[in-house]
Amino acid sequence: MYAVEMRGITKRFRNVVANDNVDLVVKRGEIHSLLGENGAGKSTLMNILYGMYAPTSGEIRVQGRSVTIENPLKAIELGIAMVHQHFMLIEPMTVAENVVLGYEPKKNGCFDLKKAIADVDKLARDYGLFVDAKEKVENLSVGTKQRVEILKALYRKAEILILDEPTAVLTPQEVADLFKVLRQLKESGKTILIITHKLKETLELADTVTILRKGQVITSVPVGEMDEAKLAELMVGRIVAFDAEKAAAPGEHKVVMALRGATVVKEKRAVLENVSLEIRAGEILGIAGVEGNGQTELIDVLTGLQKLHGGAVVLEGKQLPSARLTPRAMLEAGVGHIPEDRGKRGFVGGFTIAENLILGYHRRKEFDNHGLIRIKARDAFAERVAEQYDVRMDSIRDTVGSLSGGNQQKVIIGRVFAQDPKVIIAAQPTRGVDIGAIEYIHAQLLKMREAGKAILLISADLEELTKLSDEIAVLYAGHIVDKRPAKEYDEKTLGALMTGHAQGVEEKEA
Amino acid sequence: MEDMLSIITSLIAGSIRVSIPIAFAALGGTLSERSGIINMGLEGTMLIGAFFGVVGSYFTNNVWLGLLTAMLAGALCGLLHAVLTIRFKCEHVLAGVGINVLASGLTVVLLQMIWDTKGKSAEVASFSNISVPGLDQIPVLKDILGEVSPMLILLAISVVGVWFLLYRTVFGLRARVIGENPEAAGSMGINVYRTQYICVILCGILAAMGGAYMSIGDIHMFSRDMVSGRGFIALAVVIFGGWHPAGAWLGSLLFGLAQSLQYRLQSGSIPPQLVQMLPYVATIVVLIFARGSSRRAPAAEGKHYYAKGEQ
Repeated sequence: MYAVEMRGITKRFRNVVANDNVDLVVKRGEIHSLLGENGAGKSTLMNILYGMYAPTSGEIRVQGRSVTIENPLKAIELGIAMVHQHFMLIEPMTVAENVVLGYEPKKNGCFDLKKAIADVDKLARDYGLFVDAKEKVENLSVGTKQRVEILKALYRKAEILILDEPTAVLTPQEVADLFKVLRQLKESGKTILIITHKLKETLELADTVTILRKGQVITSVPVGEMDEAKLAELMVGRIVAFDAEKAAAPGEHKVVMALRGATVVKEKRAVLENVSLEIRAGEILGIAGVEGNGQTELIDVLTGLQKLHGGAVVLEGKQLPSARLTPRAMLEAGVGHIPEDRGKRGFVGGFTIAENLILGYHRRKEFDNHGLIRIKARDAFAERVAEQYDVRMDSIRDTVGSLSGGNQQKVIIGRVFAQDPKVIIAAQPTRGVDIGAIEYIHAQLLKMREAGKAILLISADLEELTKLSDEIAVLYAGHIVDKRPAKEYDEKTLGALMTGHAQGVEEKEA
Repeated sequence: MEDMLSIITSLIAGSIRVSIPIAFAALGGTLSERSGIINMGLEGTMLIGAFFGVVGSYFTNNVWLGLLTAMLAGALCGLLHAVLTIRFKCEHVLAGVGINVLASGLTVVLLQMIWDTKGKSAEVASFSNISVPGLDQIPVLKDILGEVSPMLILLAISVVGVWFLLYRTVFGLRARVIGENPEAAGSMGINVYRTQYICVILCGILAAMGGAYMSIGDIHMFSRDMVSGRGFIALAVVIFGGWHPAGAWLGSLLFGLAQSLQYRLQSGSIPPQLVQMLPYVATIVVLIFARGSSRRAPAAEGKHYYAKGEQ
């Protein structure tokens, strides 16, 4: 018997068809991967199964029974639970309160917090998920927060567990832990559905894979019959080049930008301490590290967004006076910035593509006529850059907010690269964009490298880091704990170094 | 020395009296904001409460029925705000401003219709102080709390009640969750809208009680725009009180102190215009310091929640 059968599911949002006559069949007790690019309709389909959206048409069967799932409450009653990509947790409350929400234990009509804590502690022990029920969620690591989400599902006695992009925010070690938990849950008879666009994870974890593209099911097959290239081709609809060619850039690789003993203190704690690094022309320096170990501050220092509390920034051999360490001065000096959170710092969503393409460079003579914008020059520039960087749009007058993540990122990259920067600070350049756009962005970064630009690459994606970088520095707790040519690292050693599990680092952690 | 003591006790007694309407409104605002809905309409709701307290008392000649009328009118104000912000996704601040303007106009129109005047209502039955057994025997304290308005006792009950509701009941847990992250609450099958409706309506009732204290608790009549900014001060108190019921009361007492100091100082040599600024200056100063406090606003405050993908 099947745990879930979805037949002929169609979902329309106004004029957009997110799911087009989709069939999904999930066997009981299997791990089923729902694979597809962003916008392929995976999340929509799962939101329908979880009762968040009503399907326009189609039939759903759960454990063999035909059902209508009007809301999440109904889904929970049917034994379906969902771990959302953006955790649905209440930060200032305890783990126990978060887990029991909606099914709170009561005593004399009041909320019984003691019983909640005891119940959650027991549940966590039973499933080997180590979480302190009394701890506030805001104090937990990302991996632990995810465990709280899984506990929420188990507390509701879920038999079918949906996980939306569960590894997007995890470190390699946390991913390994998660997979262990998921296999364990499968052993105990649970059915698991994971939404992902990562091929390796599908191959490693899943029993069956269903591939979605543009709202339609391409195929549904046992994972054993698949390999990475086949999956990628089915998912994207064409053959994908995995290994970007990386030839040595010509010319002399002299140091363009450097940090000397940079220190940044926040809330009386050094978040960057005595960090020195050199970014060379024609090379990519990769920075590996778990979020919150100083990479944000590193980016901010190099782009003039963060004041230094010690040390110096050196550009083309000259130490920059602190008055020159402002975002504007850095942009004008030729330091291009691809921000880590594009929605926050990369663009203004409500502005047009043309406006966003000159943001930060709007004071240049070509765009600025004594305080008035040269509209024609701007639009001509925007048309050219959007074309050159393959931004898929109807018009340069579309708002950037209406574009897909990949195209938003292309707007940002186009803006930076078109200004012929000397240095490029690229932070998480492919976060949340799909395979096609990743391939493109990687190729563009390598092109810039060959053109002799000095590039700093910060990425949580270790595969990306090892593939593109010439040299990698590992940032842990505000220190550079290791630095070697990229060839000498594999993902496992990097993962260990990033979490402080390496010789010489452990003492600092204590 | 005796004189000094009596000045201090009367100052404290005065602070408590003046703080009552603000405290009711701030308590309501706290409840509403914890569920994620900002109620800018506290000012107008208080005015409606003040007016309908008098109306109820006037027609029934019973002050308690007057208070009940005020609470019903306040519930309707709360319902209106809830419908605007939850059902129609109106900006919370705009909806509140609308209620304030509506209240200001409506009370004047009704004043004209009932009493044929634009300024003041007729005098009506109002609450008289009751003596508190036990407290009226203790020296010094008896001058402060020996004889109090029954509404002060209602306020104390309300503070404890709101605290109990928020922190000891399942309903309160859910309301707080909604104020932080309504999507999470919705995904756990909690009825977000119903919880918010209840909180905002309760807020309306509490704010109207605050208003009613001003008309039938403190004096015996309604006069045009008599709330004069206390609803806005209450909004500030909600923040200063860290979105906690006890904090709301303490914050109100502080403003009560500023206000009764102002009355005292008016007889002095300082120009009265400057002295009258005191409570408002205190509001600004206190908010500057409250900003630095560690308590933070409910994360989803003022945001709209869309259930089931509705847009």
